[in-house]
Amino acid sequence: MTYIAKPKFHHPGLKKNELGYTHRDYEGKISTLCAGCGHDSITASIIEACYELSIEPHRVAKISGIGCSSKTPDYFLGNSHGFNSVHGRMPSVLTGANLANRDLIYLGVSGDGDSASIGFGQFAHSIRRGVNMTYIVENNGVYGLTKGQFSATADRGSKSKKGVTNTDNAIDLVAIALQLGATFVARSFSGDKSQLVPLIAAAIGHKGASFIDVISPCIAFNNHAGSTKSFDYVREHNDAVNRLDVLVGRDPIAVDYAPGTVQVVEQHDGSKIALRKIDADYDPHDRLGAQTFLAKHAAKGQIVTGLLYVDPDADDLHAHLNTVETPLNTLEADTLCPGSAVLDKINASLR
Amino acid sequence: MSDKKPISSVNDFVVRFANVNGSGSASANEMFARAILRHGVPVSPRNIFPSNIQGLPTWYEVRVTEAGHLGARGGVDMMVAMNPQTWDKDVAGIEPGGYLFYDSTKPMPSTKFRDDITVIGVPLTAITNSTYTDPRQRQLFKNIIYLGALSALLEMDPRLIEQLIGEQYKGKEKLLSSNVHALHLGRDWALQNLKCPIGLRVKKSDKVGDRIFIEGNSAAALGAVYGGATVCAWYPITPSSSVAEAFTAHCKKYRHDPETGKAKYAIVQGEDELASIGIVIGASWNGARAFTATSGPGISLMTEFIGLSYFAEIPAVIMNIQRAGPSTGMPTRTQQCDIIACAYASHGDTKHVLLFPEDPAEAFEFAAAAFDLAERLQTTIFLMLDLDIGMNHRLCRPLKWDDAKQYDRGKVMTAEMLEEGRDFGRYLDVDGDGIPYRTYPGTHPTKGSYFTRGTSRDRYARYSEEGSVYADNMQRLVRKFETAQDLVPRPLQANAERPTKYGVIYFGSTSPAMDEAIGLLEERGHQLDRLRIRAFPFHSSVASFLAEHDFVYVVEQNRDSQLRQLIVNENGIDPVRLVPIVHYDGTPITARYIAKAIGDHQDHLKVTPLRKAVS
Ligand SMILES: Cc1ncc(C[n+]2csc(CCOP(=O)(O)OP(=O)(O)O)c2C)c(N)n1
Ligand code: SF4
Repeated sequence: MTYIAKPKFHHPGLKKNELGYTHRDYEGKISTLCAGCGHDSITASIIEACYELSIEPHRVAKISGIGCSSKTPDYFLGNSHGFNSVHGRMPSVLTGANLANRDLIYLGVSGDGDSASIGFGQFAHSIRRGVNMTYIVENNGVYGLTKGQFSATADRGSKSKKGVTNTDNAIDLVAIALQLGATFVARSFSGDKSQLVPLIAAAIGHKGASFIDVISPCIAFNNHAGSTKSFDYVREHNDAVNRLDVLVGRDPIAVDYAPGTVQVVEQHDGSKIALRKIDADYDPHDRLGAQTFLAKHAAKGQIVTGLLYVDPDADDLHAHLNTVETPLNTLEADTLCPGSAVLDKINASLR
Repeated sequence: MSDKKPISSVNDFVVRFANVNGSGSASANEMFARAILRHGVPVSPRNIFPSNIQGLPTWYEVRVTEAGHLGARGGVDMMVAMNPQTWDKDVAGIEPGGYLFYDSTKPMPSTKFRDDITVIGVPLTAITNSTYTDPRQRQLFKNIIYLGALSALLEMDPRLIEQLIGEQYKGKEKLLSSNVHALHLGRDWALQNLKCPIGLRVKKSDKVGDRIFIEGNSAAALGAVYGGATVCAWYPITPSSSVAEAFTAHCKKYRHDPETGKAKYAIVQGEDELASIGIVIGASWNGARAFTATSGPGISLMTEFIGLSYFAEIPAVIMNIQRAGPSTGMPTRTQQCDIIACAYASHGDTKHVLLFPEDPAEAFEFAAAAFDLAERLQTTIFLMLDLDIGMNHRLCRPLKWDDAKQYDRGKVMTAEMLEEGRDFGRYLDVDGDGIPYRTYPGTHPTKGSYFTRGTSRDRYARYSEEGSVYADNMQRLVRKFETAQDLVPRPLQANAERPTKYGVIYFGSTSPAMDEAIGLLEERGHQLDRLRIRAFPFHSSVASFLAEHDFVYVVEQNRDSQLRQLIVNENGIDPVRLVPIVHYDGTPITARYIAKAIGDHQDHLKVTPLRKAVS
């Protein structure tokens, strides 16, 4: 099997964004995933979000682990560098890349097998370090690429395609991300583009560790009755706390909505998130509240989606390490090397 | 009471301090070694410590060596026995005619001594208890008091020790004066109550020259600073932790922007070795110079990523400070036992570049060079130290740096080159040296981006599992490894005075013991040519050396003669002609050991048909 490239034809009438780029400029190779895979919808949402944000595609570094989900970076932003690293270890590779050049946008794409099992430690540590990234888990509750084994996010009591019941407790990555100090935490559903696109856009604009868990049904191995990650199940149990719009460089459009139901959050990069509240009591600035809210709904079998927590004043690992503004990968001998005179002094101190 | 003539020697003896871990003796013992250096007499000290923080025995050994032999000698001429736990073994280890120095506060039964040694008792506890009330002070100053007594016994110049104390406690007047006071307390007691000096003496000399005294790990860390490393990710493991700790200290001193005070480096203590090497690979992929430092168990964890570095061709520098394995083995003992594990780390067909510095000076040079090599070759470079170099101070030539040096960033295609219309194929061998061009992420809006993966792909980085495409790539990687041969430090050869059919190959920390052993072997009438290997892949001169000699001894500090295995494997040579000389009890190899092993073998060769002798 080899790669499949997309034909280069551009329709002259395609809509353009602020940079003059069309949708096609944000696309990648043709997906080789199963037709109908939730992951492809997430790919489409990433493309849409980057288009709407008028991001220069080549300023994005997209990094993943191994799995069907981790293949997807090949299918969007064809003009940016991608990195399919090793199973579960995307977060460390992304952390390193981010340290080397703080000026790029870092998109980490992972699966639930990738992040909740073999890579659980790396997931946790990249979040607690506050790496400036958008970390997306395409969560289908199974190992897709290795054909249908339960993953650690599969709910207890849910059934595999072969009819086996999962007896292990599930890991809720959102709950963990909240606990570990992620400064942007959201959950969404691959089948809900209108919710997911602005969430991704807002996460990209967020300066700090952004985490989005996207329920993404695997139609090959986890879309049957008894699964809690199937399209039908998620549609029936989805409880959205808010919907949002991301406004870049424009005035807030809060006036468009009835007062009291909209909250505008301004992020570091100047972008604004307009939250249309569905649950009027929901406060996305309250980490503890979000944790409790999540736990209460999970007990009722509900999947809470939307922006669950955001800290608009977040900082990141570079701030913690107090690194220079210039990307480290551009520094050369003249600024990095203390030189022979200093070395002579060091030698003298060692006698 | 001695019935053996006491050893008499000036500037050539071994003193060993037996202490209890956590007693604060380390700095007094190190000061003893430094004080001798200040007399212009070379020393070679070694830490012998358990993998435990407090309570267990530790030893610190100082070889005083006017001749400048920096390997371990073996044997103890004077034992400073401060640990009751190890008393019997310590006393038994003293050379006949040697000296035992002990705390005589409590009387010891005569059965605890030996008749063939000189016993020197100083009531250290009594002196400290009558001077200090604070228990911690009593403990710490006891060490300085014995240092003072030793200075009298060995006829050392106390002013040189005072000078060292002055440097150590610069600006801390109270500590300074109290330490000097303690020193004289011990010294005066010895002068008044004992026969000073004894047969072992330190006499001023001029054999140290401009050499420096530094630990290998610290030198390697400094090499990383000079070599332009900006990202370091690590996970604590003995004996490598001090590399990262020293790098942090050096960076704090030399790598802050003077205007903003901001750091021109990023150091992350990873959650484990997997993360550490992952961070290194991510940073290097993105064009920064990055490294990690670890030891054997860490290498085991990193191997999946090392395979990725090899196959996806991403630079990485790993400093492996080897300790005794397998498994947790002896974590605080030295060995050279990760040669095979590193040379072929990971699954599938892989080969990696290894550098073998012999001392801190080379650790500095090779560490700096490792970053050039990693970027030039776009692969993992292992700097192979071991505990004996890494965690011991060694006397070595001063560190040198050429200010005209620019970093070799390797083949990186820039936006301008892409604009010129240069053909960019990430895995395209444009120059025939097996090394392709890479681009950094973010280089150009429409050209030069590619997908990095550990999966097979074609020359343009497009995923492909076509057999011929895969084989083509693997062949290019072999070509690249051949290119590496001429880029890595070459082996150094030193020939015997007379032509000889016998040679010896060695590497790394074995160097000083080997240099000394050659002299001992010559005394026994054996002539050997020497080849010190400094890197893998092996330079062609290794094959020539093998061809020129009937038998070549391969001296190394591991059980399975791993370097020999590598030579046999890579050079397709008859293994019978490579004679393994191995030492692997966790202590540094000594000249005595090498000379005996090779000497016995050589003697045997004279009387037995050659092939049989080595089979
Ligand atoms: C070290 C290692 N162990 C196991 C595998 C095999 N493997 C490949 S993908 C995968 C699971 C993928 O599951 P997930 O991350 O949920 O992604 P999905 O395919 O479901 O999108 C596994 C176990 C591997 N590539 N590497
Ligand atoms: S196996 Fe499942 S996860 Fe993988 S591509 Fe098919 S539907 Fe998607």
